[in-house]
Amino acid sequence: MANLPVFEKIKAGTQPEYLHPAYRSSVKRAPTQALILLAHTLSERSGPVFAQNAIGAHDHDLTAQHAGPPLGERIVVGGKILDEGGRPVRGALIEVWQANAAGRYLHKMDQHHAPLDPNFTGCGRTITDSEGRYKFISVKPGAYPWGNHDNAWRPAHIHFSIFGDGLLSRLVTQMYFPGDPLLPFDPIYNCISDERAKQRLVSMFDWQNTTPGFALGFRFNIVLRGREATPMEK
Amino acid sequence: MNDVPTASQTVGPFFSIGLSHLWVRKTAPSDATREHVTIRGRVLDGDGVGVPDAILEIWQRGENEGGASRFRRVATGEHGEFEFSATKPAMAREADGSVHAPHFVVTVFMRGLLRHLVSRVYIAGEAANADDTVLNLVPEARRETLLATPNETRDSEFVWDIRLQGAAETVFFET
Repeated sequence: MANLPVFEKIKAGTQPEYLHPAYRSSVKRAPTQALILLAHTLSERSGPVFAQNAIGAHDHDLTAQHAGPPLGERIVVGGKILDEGGRPVRGALIEVWQANAAGRYLHKMDQHHAPLDPNFTGCGRTITDSEGRYKFISVKPGAYPWGNHDNAWRPAHIHFSIFGDGLLSRLVTQMYFPGDPLLPFDPIYNCISDERAKQRLVSMFDWQNTTPGFALGFRFNIVLRGREATPMEK
Repeated sequence: MNDVPTASQTVGPFFSIGLSHLWVRKTAPSDATREHVTIRGRVLDGDGVGVPDAILEIWQRGENEGGASRFRRVATGEHGEFEFSATKPAMAREADGSVHAPHFVVTVFMRGLLRHLVSRVYIAGEAANADDTVLNLVPEARRETLLATPNETRDSEFVWDIRLQGAAETVFFET
């Protein structure tokens, strides 16, 4: 187990608290007793590594998984997975899922009165390259209503699940879009008290990844817990 | 460069779209000479109601490379029920003197959890439990929330519920 990364404790306010009453589902599901602080052992520091060959040719392209193209505004979402020291996380498995352009998920529990798209599943996955980079092609997900409070709407978002180096860096998050007018009203986005940490969940419009005549680009860099055990001299 | 880790957000109710490709309840035994265990139970919310939309990731410590075979991912059913099978983890004693009884690390995601929870499941009756470094961090009265108990009618099968709240709330760790 050479080169296991070093992990520090989470900085206050930069991660959500479990109980966030504005998000109603947290009330009966958040633990009520204090978590027990654990000195990290191999059990937490290690974690699964997924092989490149687990990824199919179209897995990163959510617009190419059916007979025809999905409806909606085509987008390219890309960025880097970095550790806390700014080093790329290579070989990280990223899984994404999202609603279609009308704001409807292909899921039996989604009863939103908006059309499904026969050409869109909303599922993608990829593995970061040697520089920690990833890229997905998709359509911009629609906003959709939910039952949390009166006239509640989720801002457009893409769910991200990432496996870095070991369980301690495991992250599931959501990527939002810049300028979304629903963000100030969303209890899930607003569960993070540190303003800067919150804003980092919002992707940036990205000319570099905007493909002429094809798709708008959005950049979403993700920082995972941990850093290399022997940081470079400044 | 120095940045805090990206904030967690809930997995939401529709995670199966993106995560079901990796559902693994069990894999073929890599070593038939080693004992296998099945652990089944339910995830229960603060009202004692089964959580039908939770996802558990189960990990057995060891080398990262090839570790995918020691990884399980299962979703709960309609009444919060789940089940996974794996090679029984080995007891380990490390250079620092710490003792690690056979256990799985269990990461819990669901709608309503803005951040995942981390727990552990041990096997009741294992001799090494008494010396386990992590179990000994847990107040004695709560230790049994981390023990899977034998199913009297089926060999190598154990029962373990995850209680999110209440008097018998499962122990979760801050890592």
